[in-house]
Amino acid sequence: MLVSKAKRPDGRKADELREIKIEAGVLNRADGSCYLEWGQNKVVVAVYGPREALPKHIQNPNKALVNYIYRMATFSVPERKNPKPGRREIEISKVCGEALESAIFVERFPNTTIDIFVEILDSNAGTRVAALTAAAVALADAGIPMRDLVSAVSVGRANGEIIVDLTKEEEDAEDAVDIPMAIMPNTQEFVLLQMDGIMSKEEWSKAIAMGQKACQQIYKLQREALRKRYLAAEKE
Amino acid sequence: MNEKVIWDLRIEQVIEKLKKGKRIDGRKLDEYRPLEIKAAFSQNADGSAWVKLGATEVVCGVKFGLGEPYPDSPDEGALSVNAELLPIASPVFEVGPPNEDATELARVVDRGIREAKAIDFKKLCIEEGEKVWIVFIDIYAINDDGNLFDASSIAALTALLNARIPKLEDGEIVKKEYSGKLKLGKLPLLTTFAKISNFILLDPCLAEEKSKEGRFSVATTEDKKITAMQKGEVGAFKLKELENCIDLAFEKSAAVRKTIKESIGED
Repeated sequence: MLVSKAKRPDGRKADELREIKIEAGVLNRADGSCYLEWGQNKVVVAVYGPREALPKHIQNPNKALVNYIYRMATFSVPERKNPKPGRREIEISKVCGEALESAIFVERFPNTTIDIFVEILDSNAGTRVAALTAAAVALADAGIPMRDLVSAVSVGRANGEIIVDLTKEEEDAEDAVDIPMAIMPNTQEFVLLQMDGIMSKEEWSKAIAMGQKACQQIYKLQREALRKRYLAAEKE
Repeated sequence: MNEKVIWDLRIEQVIEKLKKGKRIDGRKLDEYRPLEIKAAFSQNADGSAWVKLGATEVVCGVKFGLGEPYPDSPDEGALSVNAELLPIASPVFEVGPPNEDATELARVVDRGIREAKAIDFKKLCIEEGEKVWIVFIDIYAINDDGNLFDASSIAALTALLNARIPKLEDGEIVKKEYSGKLKLGKLPLLTTFAKISNFILLDPCLAEEKSKEGRFSVATTEDKKITAMQKGEVGAFKLKELENCIDLAFEKSAAVRKTIKESIGED
């Protein structure tokens, strides 16, 4: 596969991710937590549960509910955001919660809820995939049994090039296409896939292949963060 | 509880039949239910459509409104898509503002149309920075027997295709008079699939939706471009499965596009 050699506005190569830092277990009141920086994006995630789902009528006797709440802080975007959740936040919460539920053994915890709260503190494109990557680490930190981790990245096109991890500047390009995706890195199955923009199937396939590769890099960082967390816990 | 027991039994049936290569309603895996479209059914709407996809029914109305442009696109009109899951349509739909299902539905339909650049927003500018047309697409579910996504996408595209732009006089809308038709540059349509025990099914009916392990929708245009995608619900897809869905979407949406054109009396 040909990956373009052309440099991007921030000097990255087409298949190069922004710098990603992941730290697991950062909050002492939560059952699991994660802080993640991905370029300018800053995300904090707390996981609670499995705990009793209340009110009782929402309980499912066959499985745990997965309640994923994605929100952006008012100051995390150039123009102050209305604190009331918008349609975008509601949709992202729904599909990202479903993506994570695909990886969790929910059937082991009937009548409970697993609550995942995400707050975006600073942003520059790709917040939903940054949040999903952090949430998967927080779930593992909470000791919740999963089939696999979930690793996420956005891929797409800007200025005629197929690229990974678009910045806001690239998302605003005339020909921009944005494809947020998340996979279970061991089975390579897709648990999140969205897209907007016009593309041929060939371009899409190329972008997806680059995304799969990027997800493996992200998976490695997630595992390192968890490893560090457990080594530290062992010493305590 | 009764309702749940009945659905559990139907889910069992769906899966049993699929193992023998059959769908619960006898369709092929890649077959749409019968599609019926009544274009321009509403007198008051500027464009409208009543769509029946099997027993699933959706109505859609387009209305043009006047508004201010967004600061970052002062010479462009705007699009607003809203979906209402009416209690008329299902015993499990509730009265109230759109929930997350309705929000997702509206936003996926919106993206398909917006990203295809089906509407030339520059032509909807009346006075730069001051006044533009806002295209309101409002979708109402009338009966949910599965796949509201495709039914809504078909209804929205049909309603846009028969939409007329109101006449303006001294900056005000003249009621019941029109300046011309809304022209569409592209005809984007959603095609939705369900994955059930490793089978991929086109146009899931309600029993199939309840059995599914994941939904995948892809919006495509007549020139074989992808303009939007959405994987939803719990479940995971393999790359090969997604690629097959895209190819099928190109093929199946072409037939739907033809039915839409017939409904508005074109070709």
